[in-house]
Amino acid sequence: MIELNPFVIFFAAIFTNNMILSNFLGMCSFIAVSKEIPTSLGLGQAVTFVLTFTTILNYLIYHHILVPLGLEYLRFIVFIVSIAAFVQLLEMIVERYFPNLYYALGIFLPLITVNCAILGVSLFMVIREYTFLQSLGFGIGSGIGWTLAIVAMAGIRQRLREDSIPKGLQGPGITLIITGLMALAFVGFSGIVQIQ
Amino acid sequence: MESILITTAVVTAFSGILAFLLTLADRTIGDYGEVKLIINEEKEYTVDGGDSLLATLISQEIFIPSACGGKGTCGYCKVKVIEGGGPILPTELPWLTEEELEDNVRLSCQCKVKEDISIEIPEELFNVRQYEVTVESIEDLTPTIKKLRLRFKEGEEIDFKPGQYIQLKAPIYEGNDEEVYRAYSIASPPSHKDYIDLIIGYVPGGICTTYVHKYLKEGDTVEINGPYGDFYYRDEHDNDMILVAVGTGMAPILSILYHMRDNNIKRRAKFYFGARTPEDLFLLDVMEDFERELYDFEFIPTLSRALDEHNWSGERGRVNVVLDKHIKSPEDKEAYLCGNPGMIDSVVKVLTEKGILEERIYYDKF
Repeated sequence: MIELNPFVIFFAAIFTNNMILSNFLGMCSFIAVSKEIPTSLGLGQAVTFVLTFTTILNYLIYHHILVPLGLEYLRFIVFIVSIAAFVQLLEMIVERYFPNLYYALGIFLPLITVNCAILGVSLFMVIREYTFLQSLGFGIGSGIGWTLAIVAMAGIRQRLREDSIPKGLQGPGITLIITGLMALAFVGFSGIVQIQ
Repeated sequence: MESILITTAVVTAFSGILAFLLTLADRTIGDYGEVKLIINEEKEYTVDGGDSLLATLISQEIFIPSACGGKGTCGYCKVKVIEGGGPILPTELPWLTEEELEDNVRLSCQCKVKEDISIEIPEELFNVRQYEVTVESIEDLTPTIKKLRLRFKEGEEIDFKPGQYIQLKAPIYEGNDEEVYRAYSIASPPSHKDYIDLIIGYVPGGICTTYVHKYLKEGDTVEINGPYGDFYYRDEHDNDMILVAVGTGMAPILSILYHMRDNNIKRRAKFYFGARTPEDLFLLDVMEDFERELYDFEFIPTLSRALDEHNWSGERGRVNVVLDKHIKSPEDKEAYLCGNPGMIDSVVKVLTEKGILEERIYYDKF
């Protein structure tokens, strides 16, 4: 594997390897909370925040606990538990000490405990054998990419409100179709860099 | 063998450490100490901070109507917060009108008590209590509608206005793993304070209606709280009354009619009741009694799907159509409506077009 610059990975995670638009991860909150730009921006920030910290946390857990003990196969269960606990803890801390931050994005934290994009990033980091800095770039980039996708979707859906959509396609139906179109558009970026 | 032990030990240790950390955090970071809760500027309580306002009020035995159990999905538990409580959260916005936002009305299940807080709630909510009652009888009114009689314990009684509702708790049962409260109007006369009647229709997949229709037996004990609601009989005027209901919406109207009978109220009243087919009509004998006993009362059932084979000679069509035909002189009439939002909206439209004042139209949407 060619050593990639962490910044390249950061960039790729936003555009060419977007969590939503190329991996289709984190779809449930993407579809449910993409009705208004301000709310989706709040959720996106919360996802970025959590992604950054859980990637660091899981990197440390994986390389300093699981690998030395030869328990790499436990990573699924361990990552899930550590993400859930971390988000809980984070919510309590933010609520207590950073009230303004809590009102802006804290209330979304319980929503993303089970966001599979978070687990996805931790697992990709392991599968692709990233170094610490690469993982950090990947975590932040994936969060920003997720935010970009959900805010773009909220913008489109705000405009769609005026349009007459066939009954069977209203709500999640049309959202999934638009997601597909957005994913096709993002294929246009794929020539720039490729990480895999 | 060894690897199994190591795996178990690591997972246990890992979960244990995290559980310990979270418990520790809950005791330290999540502990907001004691705060003051002031209600209507007169009653003062000392409570533990950190919980939602709804949970805090329940711990003080003050019951705010709430149907979803504090998940922020029903929008019933509105409370006016005068001071404390922090800014409005995005999770509350979908439920609040602009007027309510200006008045600083909050969803009490979302608003957290972290500092001294001062709130305003309607005085009658202090009248709300929790009761354990016994199911005295269950009667089938139609194949999908049951009438429940709930008897209060010796020495307990309920004081309600005709038209108000209570909340019934559906416990955990097979196929349902959460406790929920659902609102049902009281169908019995307010003069009888030792029991209440409820009329409950079966909704496929409904948590509480499935419980009532499939699991509840005579002799069982259930939990209710109430009374609630600003839909009730008004006695400021003695003008003619138009009563409108569909399906189980008949319940609060029944209570109003019993109240008029028991107090010998001399008002003209017409009750328009909508159903689909003759099989959906119920309590026709009670309505006949009312027509004999009340001062000037007429029961007008109307069927929206009456077929030729039904030999139906009464009114046909939905209630709004029948009302449009029947109401000639609007002056000084008062209307009480109970039913689904679609029916209420269409009837309110017809009534206001006929010239009935909007503030004289009382309704209960469910």
